[in-house]
Amino acid sequence: MRERRATVDVSFDGVEYEAYADESVMDASRRLGIGIPSLCYLEGLSVWGGCRMCVVQIAEDHRLRPACATPVAPDMEIHTDTPQLRAHRKAITELLFAEGNHVCAVCVVNGNCELQDVAVDTGMDHVRFDYQSPQREIDASHPKYIFDPNRCIVCTRCVRVCHEIEGAHVWDVAYRGSEAVLVTGMNQPWGTVDSCTWCGKCVAVCPTGALAYQGRAVGEMQHQTDIVIRLAMARNKGEWIDPAELEEMR
Amino acid sequence: MHDLVVIDPVTRIEGHAKITIRLDDDGKVEDTRFHVTEFRGFEEFCKGRPVWEMPSLTARTCGICPVSHLLASAKTGDAVMGVQIPANGERLRRIANMGQIIQSHALSFFHLSSPDFLLGFDSDPATRNVFGLMEAEPELARRGIRLRGFGQSVIEAIAGRKVHSPGIVPGGIAHPMSEETRAELLDGLTEANETATMAVELFTKMLDGFEREVRAFGAFPSFFLALSNGEGTWEHYDGHLKVIDAEGAIVADDVPVSDYRTLVGEASNVDSYLKSPYFKPAVGDDTDVREGMYRVGPLARVNMAASMGSPAADEAQADFLERAEGVATSSFFYHYARLIEILACTEQMRTLLEDDHVLDTMVRASGGVNHRRAVGASEAPRGTLFHEYHVDPNGILENVNMIIATGQNNLAMNATVHQIAQEWIDGPEIPEGILNRVEAGIRAFDPCLSCSTHALGQMPLVVTLVDGSGETVCERIRG
Repeated sequence: MRERRATVDVSFDGVEYEAYADESVMDASRRLGIGIPSLCYLEGLSVWGGCRMCVVQIAEDHRLRPACATPVAPDMEIHTDTPQLRAHRKAITELLFAEGNHVCAVCVVNGNCELQDVAVDTGMDHVRFDYQSPQREIDASHPKYIFDPNRCIVCTRCVRVCHEIEGAHVWDVAYRGSEAVLVTGMNQPWGTVDSCTWCGKCVAVCPTGALAYQGRAVGEMQHQTDIVIRLAMARNKGEWIDPAELEEMR
Repeated sequence: MHDLVVIDPVTRIEGHAKITIRLDDDGKVEDTRFHVTEFRGFEEFCKGRPVWEMPSLTARTCGICPVSHLLASAKTGDAVMGVQIPANGERLRRIANMGQIIQSHALSFFHLSSPDFLLGFDSDPATRNVFGLMEAEPELARRGIRLRGFGQSVIEAIAGRKVHSPGIVPGGIAHPMSEETRAELLDGLTEANETATMAVELFTKMLDGFEREVRAFGAFPSFFLALSNGEGTWEHYDGHLKVIDAEGAIVADDVPVSDYRTLVGEASNVDSYLKSPYFKPAVGDDTDVREGMYRVGPLARVNMAASMGSPAADEAQADFLERAEGVATSSFFYHYARLIEILACTEQMRTLLEDDHVLDTMVRASGGVNHRRAVGASEAPRGTLFHEYHVDPNGILENVNMIIATGQNNLAMNATVHQIAQEWIDGPEIPEGILNRVEAGIRAFDPCLSCSTHALGQMPLVVTLVDGSGETVCERIRG
């Protein structure tokens, strides 16, 4: 018999809920249907906490904490939608747009983009910061996929999915701070990286137009994040490992 | 003492421009210049982008004729892949281009130019616009607006959006057409065809009253360049390049679009962001580029076509050529040719839509990068549009050249301004109606200056009159 998971009482925006004691604020909110915006977080992958889009406020100290990297605690009062949080998320979105070249009108994922959705949700109607207008070279050397680093927000979903799920570790982050960029292999053209299995999970999970299929025109790219989540969750739960459990499920 | 007239901005055109007219000591026109005052630089910022993105990037050159750029760019993409697109992909692209020609020509005629014809070149400038037209000729204005709307809805139906549509892609068209869409378009065609017929009749009736304009609005010999198909019928989408002279004699034919540089040279100007393309074979090392002046667009296409390819348009073309006594060399006939093209589009679109193959779902070819250099051309409403791309083996743009229809008419537009100024201006005091005629000469070409300099903006123009010492004595600014 399976042991019952321990729970704790928490509140989200004044409403009381029961959360599992070993889950993060983000996981609890997703399970309970409470919308907290996020970009780098992806169910089934390790937590990165880099985009800061999922910041929430905890009543005790009002510090901003990333929901994805904050474990729930007994009687935790979590605020997900305050004027301060809205202002922060909007500013973060603006900074992301200023940092890269995010021109939705001519982007391959226009209409199917998580960054675009976040910009709409946060009410970003202009960018107050100077555009950096980076001129990073596109890597179209892979026969199936194309990487436009100008559209990359360094969320590292591709790095994590490639390392943790596919086990190939083609992707990694080079340099630091605002200079940080994604690289393939030993910082070589993607098409020359032997360890790439062409599985396409990195493309499937990209929240922007940075990774796409070759030959797709504007607005034609649809990422398939849900398939990878399904794969990751199934693996984490060992769904295909235990034949008896599989039989039971059937 | 010389005088200089400056018309700045020129109004009711697509883009920013100004006209300078220099007068001699006797107040006679000495020199005229048409300056395009905007700059964009698409050819630079497209470098480094993937070829698949180019149709949508270059479509942003223009909000009036984005379909032309989409087509030229997608065709260049086809050539990069080296694919022959499915028959229905081409059929749908042709229908989209017809929608584009209808809406752009309707805008030029009804919204921008007909106030001059129907209200008079000398009428009050405050009402000499589409709003004045609505008051004076409400039914005609309504029909004109609806005609343009129909053209836009054709584009939306095929390519997904009225402006900057995403659906015209390298390899063909992104989505096939549904039965419902076809029925809707066929339904709208009836009124569009009626309006086009009505407009041709109206214009031919008015033409006799514009004898002086026909004679002086850019009436001069020039070459004419357009795409031409094997049958020599009116062509707006594909084929080879053909050039005729002012007598109708063929001076170049069957030239593949990829060899356009053998026909077209480009001269830069010191006082305008608009280059002056010229017909290369007519210009030697010591010859003025004006010797190679050629015109593109509706006038060239209707002049060149052995037939328009549909009954009513054929009849209208015969009437056109009869009135022109052969090849029409007056730029005033651009308006006439535009209306004939709208008529041809409404007839031929029906034929294409009634063919059940238009519902075929195979509309897109796929392929990789197989050619490093490719050229695509389409007939934009204003004339032949060239895109030339050089790509690396992965399809990333290394070099881009775009030759826009309006640019190719630059030498002819300058000559037109000069001719009109000489015909009407006599002394430094210039009535507003005369300046309007100078502008209308430009308007006859329906120039799209945003496209031609690949720049943002509305469409105003300035005319300046300067004296010999360079001092401005008269300036008309509208916009």
